[in-house]
Amino acid sequence: MPGSYPAELLETLSQRALEMRRNILRMTHAAGSGHPGGSLSATDVLAALFFHELRIRPEDPAWKDRDRFVLSKGHAAPALYAAMAGRGFLPPGELLTLRRLGSRLQGHVDARKLPGVEASTGCLAQGISMAVGMALDARLDGRPSRVYAMIGDGECQEGQTWEALMAGAHYHLDNLVGILDRNGIETDGSTEEIMALEPVEAKMQAFGWHTLSIDAHDFPQILDAFAEAKRTRGKPTMIVAHSVKGKGVSFMEGKAAYHGKPPTDAELVRGLRELGVES
Amino acid sequence: MPPRRVESLRDAYGKTLVELGEQDPRMVVLDADLSGSTRTALFGKRFPDRFFNVGVAEQNMISIAAGLSTGGRVVFASTFAVFAAGLAYNAIRQSVGYNRANVKIVATHGGLTVGGDGGTHQMLEDVGLMRGLPGMTVVVPADAPETAAATRFLHASEGPAYMRLSREGFPVVTDGTFHLGRFPVLRDGSDLTFLANGVMVARALDAADRLAAVGIQARVLDASSMKPLDESAILRAAKETGALVTLEEHTVLTGLGAAVAAVTAERYPVPVRRIGTPDVFGESGDPWELLDHFGLGVDRVVDVAWDLLRERGRVA
Repeated sequence: MPGSYPAELLETLSQRALEMRRNILRMTHAAGSGHPGGSLSATDVLAALFFHELRIRPEDPAWKDRDRFVLSKGHAAPALYAAMAGRGFLPPGELLTLRRLGSRLQGHVDARKLPGVEASTGCLAQGISMAVGMALDARLDGRPSRVYAMIGDGECQEGQTWEALMAGAHYHLDNLVGILDRNGIETDGSTEEIMALEPVEAKMQAFGWHTLSIDAHDFPQILDAFAEAKRTRGKPTMIVAHSVKGKGVSFMEGKAAYHGKPPTDAELVRGLRELGVES
Repeated sequence: MPPRRVESLRDAYGKTLVELGEQDPRMVVLDADLSGSTRTALFGKRFPDRFFNVGVAEQNMISIAAGLSTGGRVVFASTFAVFAAGLAYNAIRQSVGYNRANVKIVATHGGLTVGGDGGTHQMLEDVGLMRGLPGMTVVVPADAPETAAATRFLHASEGPAYMRLSREGFPVVTDGTFHLGRFPVLRDGSDLTFLANGVMVARALDAADRLAAVGIQARVLDASSMKPLDESAILRAAKETGALVTLEEHTVLTGLGAAVAAVTAERYPVPVRRIGTPDVFGESGDPWELLDHFGLGVDRVVDVAWDLLRERGRVA
């Protein structure tokens, strides 16, 4: 049941995602380290969440009935910070402080320093478990909050990820939505060569989740997936979002090398040009 | 001395959880398939909607507990010490510690007195692991009444905490109060000081009785507040009694002995003797035989104290 979305909304999301991608390059370049590849693969889903789906109030980040977003793959911090800057949680100028001493923008997302970040993550798989706890918390209090958690595919090699999936299904958490950023590449190379995950969607379904696969760079598909998750009762939903690592920057696309390597000076210029910025 | 009454720390914990659950309708308790042993099942039976048994998945339990606490509720999570501080260490570090989650980890079955289950299950490093985490409160109660008081205290306080309990019941030695950052004086004396926690508090009192019979007056401090420590009580003992003996059912490398030695070495050096397990794993056996076997018996405590006093020229 694909929805039809106003062209204006889709254009806004595209523009927001484009600006996020530019900022991801600028931030990681300025920091001299960081994870551009898995940030760029996650960008469109994060744009859809932060500029459309999530019920959040940047001026009141602790609003009790807000939706929660947990970035369990905490190394994609630049993408989250870029989205939050776009939503007004922090001034865009602060993005260039990423990873500097004293910055609120830690290398892995940090709820201690930056209001609006729901959970400090970094060591993988804990975020999805925390999201299970947040969904239980909302249900116990009868709050309408929905909880979204993005996990990486390398992260699915952690045993705790599957502990969390088991628990989410066991507790019938239909207020919980997982998003698997399925870019196929982890630090050392292809997930399927290092420790194969496929058939990953079937595994998650077998763990009791409602699952669906989408193109992670297609906004109508992303928005449809969120809507389908909302309609799903009695079980959590996992959106397997098939993405391209480094998406939007040709020389980073599909390259494991840019999992944890920032652009050089020349690559920044080239990348920004591809993203429509003339130097 | 008449024999002291023995009471279960686990029972005291479980009963206190129920009492707190009546007062605080938002409090939640988690366990990882050991709820009968940890006694969280008492809470689960009374408040089934607020009890989550996550199965044999301790890391998941700890991270879920952290998530549950984000809406402003107090969360208790229990399993055995080796599965809590040991297996789930990084989940405690990041999900609870780094996130400053209001989660109280209450681990039962710490130390040698696990007994027959053997060395894989006898957690002797947990206090050191937990003390090293920034912002973590660490408590090792001496008996059941202190356990109940500490459980109430932790419920009322904000932030991450770890409390270590035991499988076996211990003799009742405290007045049933708990004071974070304070070592209650259970017996005063001026010749030397025993600083003990857990089961070793009763053994320190027994050793002090034996020494008193020959005219030696030992001070006995209940070092249940392992973080924060009562540094002023340690320094006062150093100044007033001149010699310290630490007693713990834990490795001497990273526990109470190491902590006390560090405080005195920096601020008021006096002779310190550490009684606890040496750099070894435990093994199967009767709980009380195990304590004796690994050098935590009352005879050994008296011998260590006597040697220390002799070195200081206090006894011949």
